[in-house]
Amino acid sequence: MTGRPATPGPGSSSGPGSTPVPARDPGLQPERTRLAWRRTTLACTVVAVLAAKQAVHDEISAAGVIATALCVLVWLGFLRVAHHRIQAVVSTARPAPMSVRAAMTATACTIALAGFAVAIVV
Amino acid sequence: MTEFVRSLRLWFAPQRIREEGETPDYRFSLANERTFLAWIRTALALIGGGFAVDQFLPDLAWGVRAGMALGLLAAGVLCALRAVNHWVRCERAMRRGDDLPVTRFPTVLSLVVAVVAVAMVVVVLFDWEGTG
Repeated sequence: MTGRPATPGPGSSSGPGSTPVPARDPGLQPERTRLAWRRTTLACTVVAVLAAKQAVHDEISAAGVIATALCVLVWLGFLRVAHHRIQAVVSTARPAPMSVRAAMTATACTIALAGFAVAIVV
Repeated sequence: MTEFVRSLRLWFAPQRIREEGETPDYRFSLANERTFLAWIRTALALIGGGFAVDQFLPDLAWGVRAGMALGLLAAGVLCALRAVNHWVRCERAMRRGDDLPVTRFPTVLSLVVAVVAVAMVVVVLFDWEGTG
């Protein structure tokens, strides 16, 4: 994926007019951002697995199954945000800033996992 | 406090951030995004720590275990909320050409983590067996 040629897409129109867009950012900013999303997804996966393991820890009950399903749902939500953002970052030479909605969704998924933990602990 | 209310308003009217100032260099926005993600990872690590305390220390008294787990989880939630708030404020400051916002949150978080770590050391050293 790193070898993909960066083409100036429609999102690059916000840059200063006619300056030529380099084929690749020498600072590898999009790649670093992509990897940061990957690391964060990995961390989210670990927490979601911990949550699911905790939910079905003692015995398999209806509540445990529902909690596990909710964990999977939250994890999928985070995965979706990360995937869309990675696509947006690597597909253009000058990616647009992250939308507030993406940031809010990532935060909401994180807080939802904490909410599960509180429900399990108490 | 009014600053906080204004950023809170931005959370729920995201299009307003695009109306202010001009779009900064994409590299600055990406760096801001990576900082946001690093804070989200910190939040996830704290939340994972809360799960781990609850899951892997079953011999602790319920009060100690729940207190530590809830403390870590609360720190994680705060961290996540602060991550998005700081990201919005940095993004807006960059658009306006202002100075980036300063914050004492990292200091507070380090102190909280240090206190929890010392508490864990004490618990492990003295083998604080649960009674209930």
